Amino acid sequence: MKVATQTFKFYSLVLMLFVSAFAMAENTTDPVQNSGGQVDTKDKVDAYILHHIQDSHDFSLFSYTSDEGERKHFGFPLPIILWTSNGLRTFMSSEFHHNDDGHVVVEKNGLKFAKIHSKIYELDGAAASVAFDETHHATNAHKVLDLSITKSVVGVLIIGLLMLFWFTGLARQYKKRQVPTGFGRVLEPLVLYVRDEISRPNIGEKHYRKFTGYLLTVFFFIWFLNLAGLTPLGFNVTGQVAVTACLAIFTLIIYTVSGNKDYWMHMLWMPGVPVLIRPVLAIIELAGAFIIKPFSLLVRLFANISAGHIVVMSLIAIMFTLKESLGVVGATGLSLVLSFFITLIEVLVAFLQAYIFTMLSALFIGMAVAEHDHDHAHDEQGHEVSDAEDVRGDFI
Amino acid sequence: MDKLLNDFSPGLFVVQTILLLLLILLMVKFAWKPIMNSLTEREEGIQGALDAAEKAKLEMQNLQADNANLLKEARAERESMLKEARDIKNTMIEDAKTEAQTQANNMIAQAQAAIESEKKSAMAELKSHVAGLSIEIAEKVVRQELSNKDKQLELVASMLNDAKLN
Repeated sequence: MKVATQTFKFYSLVLMLFVSAFAMAENTTDPVQNSGGQVDTKDKVDAYILHHIQDSHDFSLFSYTSDEGERKHFGFPLPIILWTSNGLRTFMSSEFHHNDDGHVVVEKNGLKFAKIHSKIYELDGAAASVAFDETHHATNAHKVLDLSITKSVVGVLIIGLLMLFWFTGLARQYKKRQVPTGFGRVLEPLVLYVRDEISRPNIGEKHYRKFTGYLLTVFFFIWFLNLAGLTPLGFNVTGQVAVTACLAIFTLIIYTVSGNKDYWMHMLWMPGVPVLIRPVLAIIELAGAFIIKPFSLLVRLFANISAGHIVVMSLIAIMFTLKESLGVVGATGLSLVLSFFITLIEVLVAFLQAYIFTMLSALFIGMAVAEHDHDHAHDEQGHEVSDAEDVRGDFI
Repeated sequence: MDKLLNDFSPGLFVVQTILLLLLILLMVKFAWKPIMNSLTEREEGIQGALDAAEKAKLEMQNLQADNANLLKEARAERESMLKEARDIKNTMIEDAKTEAQTQANNMIAQAQAAIESEKKSAMAELKSHVAGLSIEIAEKVVRQELSNKDKQLELVASMLNDAKLN
């Protein structure tokens, strides 16, 4: 009963947040710029998709053009926090009026800002507007460190809070009963799955406990954010390079810090190979550990999720792009069927990518903490005879 | 690559790093640690219960074996006790028989001895009685004989005759 009331409270809080956001956003009109307009041609679709793939400074739910030709946006603004050449500046994203090509200049305490392709630029000196060169790069403005609460950050916060809420709820349940009920019953097998199928076999019985917390967090973080990306809210958090890079670097730091003597030995001065080859191997191993592994982690997740978003949105856009050749019904039907099945696949990919990221993180950590301390058998010449355990140890 | 770097937002990276670090710390402290502990505890509990059940089963089996042994022993004991009793009965009967026999023999022997001695004393009495009677008769005869001289002489002569014959 207590849990039920808590859940109710929580959902009413979320609902209130959304309602207030709608109230705030209700009448945001955009008199300045109509370039958003209707998205109905191939170029506009491409631009829209690329825009969506990027992080955004306001949380737009949908937008339409009214009969008067005014562009109306539904959503809510998010705070912009900038670390500029002259200290901290904060304002709401609504001050840009959904402009994304640098034409709206916001002035705060003597500094002027413009937003170009979802990046915020600080105008140099006394310039009043942004000047562009022929490749549409700003010539009199530079990027600032943008610590804004962007849409991705909102996604991270929501998913983070949900995770805390759900899993601390699960943790609380164990105080009262052995087998959780309700939503906890759904979460428990997932936790067990990560522990028993990802963490334990890859890291080993002896050390897995220490890293399981990180792996669980990362798994659910990526998975929930991937799933959130499939909702019409349109998050693309795990499709942001910065986010996946951050995740990959966490894994890198963890396996570098927890690497044991054997790990560094095998990396820097590989035993069992001719001495001349060892430095070459060391270079390869170092590159592998510090560049290739994290890079593969970050690019795999980023590329898969971004590609998923692009494909789903492109298939939805078939509705417009093939309208002439297939007719309204044909194009819409084709688009619906294709995007439905791709979305199903994306649900699988959402899980798969979370699994792969966690699995590889566990594998890399497992390599770093693997122990090679068993007795080696020796043949007549005194060389070590490699057994199956050695091969495994060398492999992971 | 250029596009990738261009897409990379350092600000988002910083914010994400802070948030992720915070999330990991909070989740580990408030969710994963208690969950993992409870799960391990539960698994150990289940394992313990299974082990206990297995142990109880073994104990039950042992107990049953013990019971069977006990039963067997009891049966053997009963058997031996019965046998013993039978033996005792037999020996008792045997003893009683021999004792009765000896007692009877003794009694017979005593009776015989008593009869013998009675017989002897009766014989002795008879002898002495006969002797007295003979002497009396002899006295009477002698007295009668000696009253007649001729007859005395005749007697002596017959006696002498007898003595010669001896």
